Formats: sequence, C-alpha cells, structure tokens
Amino acid sequence: MELLKISGSPHIHTDNSVKKLMYGVIYAMIPAILVSVYFFGLDAVRVMLISVVACLMIEYLVEKYLIKGNGSITDGSAVITGILLAFNVPSNLPWHIIVIGAIVAIGIAKMSFGGLGKNLFNPALVGRVFLLISFPVQMTSWPVPKPMFAASLTDAITGPTPLGALKEELKKQGATVQKIMEDGISFIQDGEKVVYHIPSTIDQVMGNMGGSLGEVSAIALLIGAAYMLIRKIITWEIPLAYLGTVVVFAGVLWMANPEQFVNPLFHLVTGGLMLGAFFMATDMVSSPMSSKGQLVFGVGLGVLTVLIRVFGAYPEGVSFAILIMNAFVPLIDRGFKPVRFGEVVKIKG
Amino acid sequence: MDEIIIYAVISLGAVGGAAAIILYFVAQKFKVIEDPRIDLVEEALPAANCGGCGFAGCRAFAEATVKQGEDENNLEGLNCPVGGNDVMADVAKILDLEANEVDPLIAVVRCNGGKINSPQKVVYDGASNCTFVHNLFGGEGGCPNGCLGLGECVDACDFEAIFMNPETGLPEVNDKCVACGACVEACPRDIIELRPVGKKSRRIFVSCINIEKGGPAKKNCEVACIGCSKCFKVCKFDAITMKNNLAYIDGEKCVLCRKCVTECPTHAIHELNFPPRRVKTGDKDKNEAKTVLKVKHPAQENAVVGTVKLTEKVKVEEQAAKKDDNKIEDKLN
Amino acid sequence: MGLLKTFKLGGIHPPEEKRSKDQAIEVLPIPKVAYIPFSQHLGAPAKVIVNRGDLVKTGQLIAKQEGFISANIHSSVSGKVKKIDNVIDASGYRRPVVVIDVEGDEWVDGIIRTDEIKKEVMLSQKEIIDKINENGVVGLGGATFPSYVKLMVPDGKKAEVLIINGVECEPYLTSDHRLMLEKGEEILVGTKILMMALGVKRAMIGIENNKPDAIEHLTKLAANFKGIEVHALKVKYPQGAEKQLIKALTGREVPSAKLPIEVGAVVNNAGTAFAVYEAVQKNKPLFERVVTLTGKSVKKPSNFKVRIGTPISDLIEAAGGLPDDTGKIIGGGPMMGKSLSSVDVPVVKGTSGILIMPDAEAGRKEVQNCIRCSRCVTVCPMGLEPYLIEKTVIVEDFERTENERVMDCIECGSCQYTCPANRPLLDYLRLGKNKVGFIMRTRSKR
Repeated sequence: MELLKISGSPHIHTDNSVKKLMYGVIYAMIPAILVSVYFFGLDAVRVMLISVVACLMIEYLVEKYLIKGNGSITDGSAVITGILLAFNVPSNLPWHIIVIGAIVAIGIAKMSFGGLGKNLFNPALVGRVFLLISFPVQMTSWPVPKPMFAASLTDAITGPTPLGALKEELKKQGATVQKIMEDGISFIQDGEKVVYHIPSTIDQVMGNMGGSLGEVSAIALLIGAAYMLIRKIITWEIPLAYLGTVVVFAGVLWMANPEQFVNPLFHLVTGGLMLGAFFMATDMVSSPMSSKGQLVFGVGLGVLTVLIRVFGAYPEGVSFAILIMNAFVPLIDRGFKPVRFGEVVKIKG
Repeated sequence: MDEIIIYAVISLGAVGGAAAIILYFVAQKFKVIEDPRIDLVEEALPAANCGGCGFAGCRAFAEATVKQGEDENNLEGLNCPVGGNDVMADVAKILDLEANEVDPLIAVVRCNGGKINSPQKVVYDGASNCTFVHNLFGGEGGCPNGCLGLGECVDACDFEAIFMNPETGLPEVNDKCVACGACVEACPRDIIELRPVGKKSRRIFVSCINIEKGGPAKKNCEVACIGCSKCFKVCKFDAITMKNNLAYIDGEKCVLCRKCVTECPTHAIHELNFPPRRVKTGDKDKNEAKTVLKVKHPAQENAVVGTVKLTEKVKVEEQAAKKDDNKIEDKLN
Repeated sequence: MGLLKTFKLGGIHPPEEKRSKDQAIEVLPIPKVAYIPFSQHLGAPAKVIVNRGDLVKTGQLIAKQEGFISANIHSSVSGKVKKIDNVIDASGYRRPVVVIDVEGDEWVDGIIRTDEIKKEVMLSQKEIIDKINENGVVGLGGATFPSYVKLMVPDGKKAEVLIINGVECEPYLTSDHRLMLEKGEEILVGTKILMMALGVKRAMIGIENNKPDAIEHLTKLAANFKGIEVHALKVKYPQGAEKQLIKALTGREVPSAKLPIEVGAVVNNAGTAFAVYEAVQKNKPLFERVVTLTGKSVKKPSNFKVRIGTPISDLIEAAGGLPDDTGKIIGGGPMMGKSLSSVDVPVVKGTSGILIMPDAEAGRKEVQNCIRCSRCVTVCPMGLEPYLIEKTVIVEDFERTENERVMDCIECGSCQYTCPANRPLLDYLRLGKNKVGFIMRTRSKR
C-alpha cells in the first residue's frame, strides 16, 4: 500500500477548475463567432485565427524564455484573449497590426504582470486600445457587413458604425436625432455621394451593421451570456449594473433632450456594450471581488461609457470605460468589503 | 512675446521664493535635535536591519547604544551579532566607552533526521509551511520534534546563510551566518540553536531535540538521542546535562574532547570542523567501528571534502588538534 | 413544503455521498486492547487516577477532570491496566493513553443497562448539570467542548432557546442521522433534560432536508413533548456550524468573537442529547458512541456503536477491511475532518466518523495562480475574503490578517473546496489564525 496522505481539511474539492471556467467562456463566445463569420465572411475567420494563434505563440514564448511559468498555455486564457482581441477589431485589419495587438495584449498587459491572475487590466482591451491609438485609420474603417460568405478577403466596402455616424452628424448645425434617423447621412466616398442609413433596431440586434467583429450582434452575445450565467461562470452583478446604468443615464439625457440625445435602446444594442458588459467587464481577474464592489464597478462603467459616447472625442466608450474602471479595482476591493457575519447585530456595552 | 517670458519668470520666481520661505520656517519649527553620535554609530553598523540585536533595526540599535552609553556609561548587553566584536569596538570608540567582548555565536541545526534517517511514514500534501504542518500533525517522519523540512528558516534568513539540502531535506548553515536569530524565531519546533562558534569553528553538539523515550524516538529516527546518558557519564567537564530523555552539551563548558561523540550509540552527537581522527594501533577495530558514522552530518561531510582540497592547511590543523588532544588527555589524567 | 429555512451568507453544496444512511447501527465487538486517551475534549487534559496493574470495570472513572474546561474520562472496557503509554491520536502527535487489556465486560454498579425508555426526570437543575459533568459528557459533534460548561449560563446572560443540531451537513457522515432514527425518543428526552438544565421553554431541532425520514420520525415523536419543535432545513454546508445553525433557525446573528449565549441560544448536537439522556437517566458515563465508517471503496459502509478507545483498525475490519486503493484516512467528515497518520488511532469522544478516501481523490491538485474569480468570497459563510487573507499570510503581514478578521473564520473549508485554482486557502487561513492568535495573546499579556 502507498503511504497515507496527510493534509489539512477540506479533503474534497469541487470538480471546477480554471481550465473549465476558461473553456466555458470560449463556448459562450461561439454564437458571436458564428454571427461574425456570417456577416463578415472569411475575413472574420482570418482575423480570429491570426489573433488566437499570435496570442498563444506569445504566451508560449514568454513563458518559455522570460518568466519560466508552469505552462499556463493550455488553460484557455490566451485563447479567450485572442478571440476577444479579434472581436474588438474590424474584419479588414492587416495581419501585422493584429500581431502587434496580440503582443501588447499578452506580452505587456498580461505576462509582464506575472501571467494569468496577476494582470491589472483586461489584456484584450489593452491590445485593442493600443491599436486604436496607434493605427486610428485602420482601426476605424469598418467593412459593411455582407451576409453569408460574400465578402472577399481584399476589397470590402467600408462604412461607418451607427454610433460613429450619429455622433459625427450630430455635431453639424441643426441636426437632430430624428432627422438623421429618417434621412440618413450623406457623404462623399470615392467621388460618389453615398447615403448611409442608420440600421433598424432589428438589424442592430441581429448584428447587421458596421462594427468590430464580435460587437455587432447583441442577440448572439446574449445567448453566450445566458450560458455563462447558467453555468455560474460570471455573476449577474456587473452586467446588470453596467447595462442598467447605461439605460438610466442615457434615458435621462434622452428625456431631457430627445433631439440631441439618442434613445437608450440604441445605446444598448450598438457598439461594444453587450460584448463589454458580458465578456470583458466580467473578466474575473480585473474585476472586483465582493458583490457590492461589482455593483459599484458596473455603475462606474455605465456612467463612463455614456459620458465618453455622448461627450467624449470617441464615438465608442466601452473599452476606455472598462480600462479606467480596471484601474479602480484595487481601490474598490479595499472600500467595498462583503457583508460580514455578525456585523449586522449591534451589541451594547 | 518678451512680456510673456518676463511675467512667467517673475511669477514662477515669486512662487518659488514664497515656498522657500515657508519651508525654511517649517523646517525651523519642526527641527529635531538629535545626538550626532547616533548617526556616527549607525554608520559604523552593518546596516543589515536584521533585528538580531533585539531592536527594530540598525537605527534603533544606534539610538539605544547612545542612550545607554549616556545613562549607564557602558554597553552591557548590547551587541551587534552581524558586525561582531570589531563593529562593537568601533561603536565603543565613537562613544568613548569600553567595548565588551562577546563570544561569537552561530546557528546550529539540532536535527539530523530528515529524509534519510527519519524516512517518510506518511506523505504530507498541502501548503508548504512548517508552522502549519507543525500544528497539523507530527511530521512525515513521525518525530514530533524533528525538522519538517519545509524551509521556513531559509525564508527567514536575510544573509543567505541557511539552505535546504534537497538530499537530506534538512537545512544547513554556512559560514555567512551572523547569529541574528531570525531562523531560531522562525522554526516552529525550536530546532535551531545559537551556539558559540568555538575555537577554529570547532563545535560539538547533540543533533537532536527529541524528548521522547528511547524506544519511540529510535523508531522514528535512526540518529535520535535516546537518552541513554552514556555521554553524560563519559564527560569529565560537566558540560553535558540530561533532561527529558535528551542530552544537552553546554557550549561554554565543552572543551571539545570528543569523547562523547565516540560514545554516542546513535551518533546523535556531532563534531564539526575537526580534522580526521588518529587511529590508535592498539584498538583499531573498536575505534573504527565507532568513528565511521552511519550517516554523516552534512556539515561534517563538507569538512571531509575540505581536507581533500586543503591538505596543507589540514595538516597544520591536525597537528594543532593533536596538541589539543594531548593537552586534554593530560588534563584527564 | 414552503421555502425551507437556511442561513443567508455563503455556503456550498458538496456531493452528499451518504452511503451508510440505510445501515442500522451495529454494535461493534469490544476490542481486545483499549487505548483511552486522557485528552478527548477541548481544554485541559484529565488527570489519570489509575495505575499500572489496576483492575477497572466498564464505566469506571479512570481520569479526573482538571480545571473548569475539562471532562472526566471513564473506562470503556473492563480489564487490567497494562500501562500508560503514548500513541498517535487524531492530532497526529503521540499523546498519553491508558492501555487496558480487556477481560470480560463487567460494568460498574448503578448503570441501568436496559433499553427501556425512562421519560420522567426528577432532578433539579444543578443535579442534572452535575450528573452530566460527572459522566464526562462532551459535545459529540466534533469540537468536544465539555457539555456542562455550556449549560452554565454566565451571569447577566439569559438562555432563551435550546438548539439541537441534527443537521449533519458533512458529506458521508450518517451517525447522527441513524441515531435520530433509532433513538429518537431518547434524544427528545435528552433534549427535555437539557431544557430543564438551561431553564428554557423552547427547543428547536434542526435537520437538513436530505433526511426526510428522520424529520418525519422526530416530528411525530415531538408532538408528545412540550416546547420541542422540529425544523427542516435546506441542504447547505456548513449549516451544522453553530453560528450558521442559529442564524438558520432563529434568524439571529452571533456577533463576531462572541458566544451563542449572546443571542440567547445554546446549541447541542443530537448525539450529545442522547449522551445526556444516558448519563442522566441511566447513569451511564460517555464511553461509547456511534461512528460512521464509510468511503467510496469501503466494501460495507456502516454505522457502528463503538467503545471509546477502540483502534479504528477494528472498525475498518468490521466494514470489510482496508481497501487496496486507500490514500487517506480521515477522522470526521471530508470537509473538516483530520487526516490520520495510522490505523491504530483510537476512537475518541469526538470521532463522528472515519472516512477512507481512495488514493485518486486523496491528494491535492496542482496549485495555480489566483484568478480572482471571487468564488471564495461568495461561499464564505462568515463573509470573509479568503483570497485576501491568504495573500496577507503569505507575505506575513499579520496586522492586516487580523484586520481582515481572520479570527472569525470557522475553518469550514468552503473556500478551499470551491477554489478553481486549487489554492490551499484554508491551510493559510489556519496559519493566519495561529499567528494572529499568538500575536493577540502576547499583546494581552502585556
């Protein structure tokens, strides 16, 4: 017989593991992956493949030559970062830019902090924001979605995102939300006058609009989110607080001045809000621990997102909002402790 | 354009001047008058901040020395184990006092169980921390006093003076040890003891702290002290005391005669840094049987390696040892 | 059934694995040699009053309590005292025991050995408490706190409700379950005695809903007892913990670092209630108890009535022998039990079960980085942040460890159970408690 083992209690352990959690997130992203392939064709496959492979390679190289980790390559976290990075870029992005994004995401934002669990910021978003600032032109030319495998790998027609178009147009004299919605936006592209119509709400929900790979289809993201909530991979606090705050804040603005501010539903289904709320803000590593803290985190995200979208220089604020709030996580963890047993009762004397 | 530059220079200059004046007055107001000798003493100290002197750091020790020097005109009880007598002499010079010499100490691991002599009876699986294991159970080898081999002493050492030997699973102290006592504190089983370094670094000590009776002690560990009192009887210098089935050698009283080492039936008494023994022709067999230890103490093995490399030096030492031995034998007779 | 009561904060639901729940309690033969430790309870060890060669009878006092928090120890067998020796007990250290060579089974006069249930209690409050103390009754849930101390309500406090813990939330264990089914009436009489001792009018018996037969049985019997209520509780670990059980049943929260009496509650285990019944009504000292022997590869998981001091190897033999794939033997349940270092460990008053784990499940899994998933925070029934405390202990910032209220930890193990990164959270929490406890003691000395 083998020697008896001795250890402190507990002697049983859940069958949950980091790997299972990570793969759960990957399964939850499948609907969004399928939708992006449907709308952006082979380009979507290309971007995602390059991104995932680059992320895995960099994690492998860093672990092998720099930090001598214990092989976290198989735990699936690099795959998630790869897919999320791909989700956050347009489908026509050149491959070298994607690789640069992957280097920044994995190499700088994740591994330089000490690998999985140690990073302060969401790696995929750091990569994305780095690219957005470094390659603003490439990062903001959005191919117009063409259902089914129509789009070729080279000359996709580009157009604006609903959020971007609306924001640009609202800056003009006398523009109102209603007018833009009805008349569309006319601009000159390649010497021709093109009229861009803001997609209908149905199209927005389904994903038939310009934008990054993963952010277009709210419905696919919601399916994935439901899966993660049922499997208890994520908790409800952050997404609910985030989306709720966006709806309330945008709703207040909209009610105050419907001509200048678009309705909250538009905010909810366009841009990367769904993607951010369910897949990136809930990233365990860079979100607060207590449920109170998570609510605060979500509210902060909502306020920042709407502020940036409505008043900021960029049409889209999800990435920045999440990164800014990531920085506040240690502070939130200090300030918002879980409810403690025996604290409610006050004993005199 | 020129105007802007001038205004900028003037306004910045004004702000700077105002800040300087405020700072000056604040500095005057909160000025701490300190004995300048504290700084001097601190400079003389090794700046290891190890806490081995019993104070929070070198600064605190410096303050304490100056204060005691002032109040009591001596430096009794104050000693920097890292710097040793040299540093204390410097400190005394700064304070114009007599330095009191202290015999230098060194950490000694008083357990020779480990993986080889006290093999695993159960396997521990969990957080690698001696204190936790100490609270959990007796230890893998079964000895309730033995080294747990998880290296809390190694983590505690600031001087890279103690390391785990992966082969034996026991910590080993090297000559970088300054006797700060951090490992002694850290060990939950109080295995490590600060002992006098001894003449030429020669030390004899009981490498066991097991207080169980002989039977169970021997069952758990090949080289346990079984409390047989043989060493106690053989020692002519009252250096050995027996308590709780355990022999203890007083480092101050021990004259390093090595009689007890050969006497110990379980080889629990260790000699360090001694040259190899002379083999008397008369009772060669007997002597050999006793001197060849079953499992040598790691440090002893090093000493043997040393003899191979530094033959010349060893020869000299050997002669010196012979002289010493003769002297001791004279005393005995 | 409507919404079942439970405690609010945290909690987990490990697989129940109650393999032996349908096995009636079997009486295990008396061992050939009994090893009876002096210290089977929380507090000071008892002082031995027998010598080598003495003849002792079953139920005879062999070690007397020393000090307030201590308990008498009685011989569980009759025979000759062979020696006073040290053997490894559940603590993992060699501790003093009285070794008795068994000869026959002669009981001390005065113990009523019939199974007849004696309901009437004709004793005063003090007499009851004295009897419980004399007969060495301690809490049988695992903590082994001397029962009589719990019954003496400190001045200025008032007991309002007695809580009988029939939760048995530990996976695998079934000894209380079987006892409640087979000795239900005795437990209720014991409860009545405890109520009298405390001077309370109300007792609540909490049983988790995975034991519907026990709930039904006791509810039926309790109709004849005034003031005793039986409550079904939602299955959730660690409901058997004192503070959690009080919260679940009464909704009151015991303040941090305070005893349950602070909210007027006294908790006793169902097994303890049975022991109290035997001690008071039958004059029988606590020298045997029900022990579950179970495990995934055990041939015949069983519940045994065992004399204290029986080596667990006897139990293992009776349950079909030690399985070949044994990797770990646990005294108690899998969540809070202690792993034992030999099969010769004797059964003591606090042994509620012996669990034999197959080798494949016995070891810890590889430790990974904390991914801050916050599961440990969510499941902690005390509302602590185990990940943070672990970190502070590792960096030895014990001041912070204390401020994060490590001393509130009840060591239930929920955090470590649920950690997907397999971190040894409870190991470090325990270490933190140990270090902080030491710091606090030195501080109060000053």
